[in-house]
Amino acid sequence: MTQWEVVIGIETHAQLSTVSKIFSGASTAFGAEPNTQACAVDLALPGVLPVLNKKAVDCAIRFGLAIGAEVAQKSVFARKNYFYPDLPKGYQISQMDLPVVVGGQLALQVGQGDKVYEKLVRLTRAHLEEDAGKSLHEDFHGKSGIDLNRAGTPLLEIVSEPDMRSSDEAVAYARALHALVRWIGICDGNMQEGSFRCDANVSVRPKGQAEFGTRREIKNLNSFRFLKEAIDFEVQWQINEIEEGRKIQQATVLFDPDSGETRMMRSKEDAHDYRYFPDPDLLPLAISTDWIANVRGELPELPGQKRERFVSELGLSAYDASALTASQEIADFFEATVALAGKNNAKPCANWVMVDLAARLNKEGKEIAESPVAAGQLAGLILRIADNTISNNIAKKVFEALWNGDGATADEVIDKQGLKQITDTGAIEKLVDEVLAANAANVAEFKAGKEKAFNALVGQVMKAAKGKANPQQVNDLLKQKLAG
Amino acid sequence: MINKSLKELAQALAAKQISSVELSTLFLDRIERLNPTLNAFVTVDREKSLAMARDADARIAAASGAKPAGPLTGIPIAQKDIFCAEGWTTTCGSKMLANFVSPYDATVIEKMHRDAGLVSLGKTNMDEFAMGSSNETSFFGPVRNPWDTSRVPGGSSGGSAAAVAARLAPAATGTDTGGSIRQPAALCNLTGLKPTYGVVSRYGMIAFASSLDQGGPMAASAEDCALLLNTMVGFDERDSTSLDRPVEDYVRGLEKPLNGLRIGLPKEFFGEGCDAEVMAAVRAAIAEYEKLGASTVEVSLPNSHLSVPAYYVIAPAEASSNLSRFDGVRYGYRAPDYGNLDDMYAKTRAQGFGAEVKRRILIGAYVLSHGYYDAYYLQAQRIRRLIANDFVEAFKSCDVIMGPTSPSTAFKLGEKAADPVQMYLSDIYTIAVNLAGLPGMSVPCGFVGGLPVGLQLIGNYFAEGQLLNVAHRYQQATDWHLRRPASAA
Repeated sequence: MTQWEVVIGIETHAQLSTVSKIFSGASTAFGAEPNTQACAVDLALPGVLPVLNKKAVDCAIRFGLAIGAEVAQKSVFARKNYFYPDLPKGYQISQMDLPVVVGGQLALQVGQGDKVYEKLVRLTRAHLEEDAGKSLHEDFHGKSGIDLNRAGTPLLEIVSEPDMRSSDEAVAYARALHALVRWIGICDGNMQEGSFRCDANVSVRPKGQAEFGTRREIKNLNSFRFLKEAIDFEVQWQINEIEEGRKIQQATVLFDPDSGETRMMRSKEDAHDYRYFPDPDLLPLAISTDWIANVRGELPELPGQKRERFVSELGLSAYDASALTASQEIADFFEATVALAGKNNAKPCANWVMVDLAARLNKEGKEIAESPVAAGQLAGLILRIADNTISNNIAKKVFEALWNGDGATADEVIDKQGLKQITDTGAIEKLVDEVLAANAANVAEFKAGKEKAFNALVGQVMKAAKGKANPQQVNDLLKQKLAG
Repeated sequence: MINKSLKELAQALAAKQISSVELSTLFLDRIERLNPTLNAFVTVDREKSLAMARDADARIAAASGAKPAGPLTGIPIAQKDIFCAEGWTTTCGSKMLANFVSPYDATVIEKMHRDAGLVSLGKTNMDEFAMGSSNETSFFGPVRNPWDTSRVPGGSSGGSAAAVAARLAPAATGTDTGGSIRQPAALCNLTGLKPTYGVVSRYGMIAFASSLDQGGPMAASAEDCALLLNTMVGFDERDSTSLDRPVEDYVRGLEKPLNGLRIGLPKEFFGEGCDAEVMAAVRAAIAEYEKLGASTVEVSLPNSHLSVPAYYVIAPAEASSNLSRFDGVRYGYRAPDYGNLDDMYAKTRAQGFGAEVKRRILIGAYVLSHGYYDAYYLQAQRIRRLIANDFVEAFKSCDVIMGPTSPSTAFKLGEKAADPVQMYLSDIYTIAVNLAGLPGMSVPCGFVGGLPVGLQLIGNYFAEGQLLNVAHRYQQATDWHLRRPASAA
């Protein structure tokens, strides 16, 4: 049976976080009443002209620098001509032959746990363009409404090489790109509002074959889950087609999240001739080395750099470092925690942020920026674990108290609720003796070779100590007594 | 009063010999009387015009030594209907925009009316979307030449030309993509200037071919053009192709003597293809310049024979895209009956555009389409560079270039309407100037059979001041520009 290899390239439209539109002064804010944020230029009134928003160029340069790409000294805006009611000029201003960003690459961590591996995805290009408006098909009694608020919103179209070989890699790429554009502050990443949307070019070929199979492009995937589901369905569909002797035709398809299927939107034969040509209303975009240097000076430490630093400076695993740099907010929280808890506590800090805090946030549907437990509070808690004031189990109780606002610091909670760990050997020994005396059956079982009985005895001691006894000491003492 | 220069009118207004309301009324009355014959205006709004005139009179009354009114405050002019003017119907000569009332002012309109205090007498007729050389493609019917109403006034700024020639307005604006200011100026005995590309803002000027379009003045004399140009120019941040450079006073250098001026005569402009009598008038004008102290030198523009074909690729290509916004969705004409969306587009554009506009949209879409782009559009752009380089070479040995503006005098209505190539060739001397982005002028230099002949002056980049000076000195020595058709005598 043929082994199939999947080949995926992704085009992403990232809406840039500028205050005004790419070629007009109208606001880009989301959610306004239809057509209240469309000025004469956005409406394409006769005689109006586009003027490039320099902030959008700043965003493109930031992105180019962040992925190690070449920022073109000269790029050209071109008109992509087609008719559609939500495209007021009858053409979209985009970039064709000379894009603003050329090349670059993105490093991803794919998979989880032990199976995690690093993957480099090359980027082809990124170019600036304007978004179209929206057609509204409901509430118009069989007619369509047009909302031009979004028309002219700046987009960065980011095109990858066909370097991904599975839907997992595609999702990892999309996530890494999503994190990066938010990290460098050029896109809010809001996928529900369409600020970040992906098209996936998918093909399959027999493993070992050099040339690519015929691709189909899945348009407008606005969640990571849909991206994965759409690719998985598409791959299986293509393999079935080929195995049943049919050829794949180049096409554009849409993913229906309800059915989980992709369906054809248009074939290659229906493809538009967009009649691209340089926009005579706009001069070529010239970007000086000074401009690039200024933008470079404003760039934050990038996720990749931070990841490496977390590994080399804090001794974290690549997987942990990657998870902690998933967003600027997570990294900031982690770094603030480490700053107070000390670098020697970096690993417990990482665990608390990635596991306990993340789970709690997830349960409440909160972002890390909204965490009721501040980094300083978490650091205080970790310090008390480190100095054996409390056990990990008790720490979870303290964390819950901090989360609920029952105390301003870990120390206050520990004090108020009397959670300080019992480390007095005499006190623990007394508890151990009592438990051994009261649980002769367990003792007998242990001596008969049942290891499990030991755990039951530990549990009894901890129960008697209300969880506060130092677990290591309990273990040691029990072993000692049972052996004796 | 109707034949006074802008300078004289400004003096009369400043001296309070006449008010702007009176002066405007005088011209509005002439429009009412003569426009039915000439069809030079498509929109006249007496109340709007008089409101502007009253504003101007108030400005003049409030003026003081410390705070003078603008030099042209209160003078009425005509605006080509390609400039969007707030509250005015702005049609661009098309059925597509017959009902379009602009909600905003073009930069030129803002500068001339709000800043300089000029009064608008109305919007002048033009070839549809400025595509034409005879004013016969207008949805609102042809304009007639005041010198002979059986003839065309030229185009596309034919309404402005006829209006000023018949003294329905003291001066007007025009736009020039391939000769649309200069050719009608020549055919109507006016002085017209197309500035260097980028000197006059294109914001609010409905685009025909964006890389070629340029607004400019049309008036009776070079001095009037200089005064008008002063109110039109300046960097505009709303037009990315507008040039950020110091503003000049175009009046200041008008009187400079022409001693030592080197006039370049391109041999390609003095060969076949031009009416002999027109050529004789042009040569006589050049002889006059020699009397004024200028010398002539033969130059060559070896690629000028390629300018018409290159132009008829580039201009339609840009137009095909520029005119896509007229789709019946948001404003303007929409076909009354249609099926689906595609049908709405097709019917709207089929009914809303005239034949010449449709011809150019088709040509433009063709030359930009996949598989033809390199052979047509890119090739035409290469030719465009060659043509521009020819001028750079020529200006190494001369200061201004001269030749005929148009190969013939005004032709009969309908004479060339059925033959687009013949029509396109009437711009054979003017088109290269747009392709190179240079400034060009047409200046009255004689008559053939009672019809005016224009002398074309072409300057180096930003030589508007020099061109106006060269034209003005000639007009000091000749009186061709003072001749008026019978209706304005």
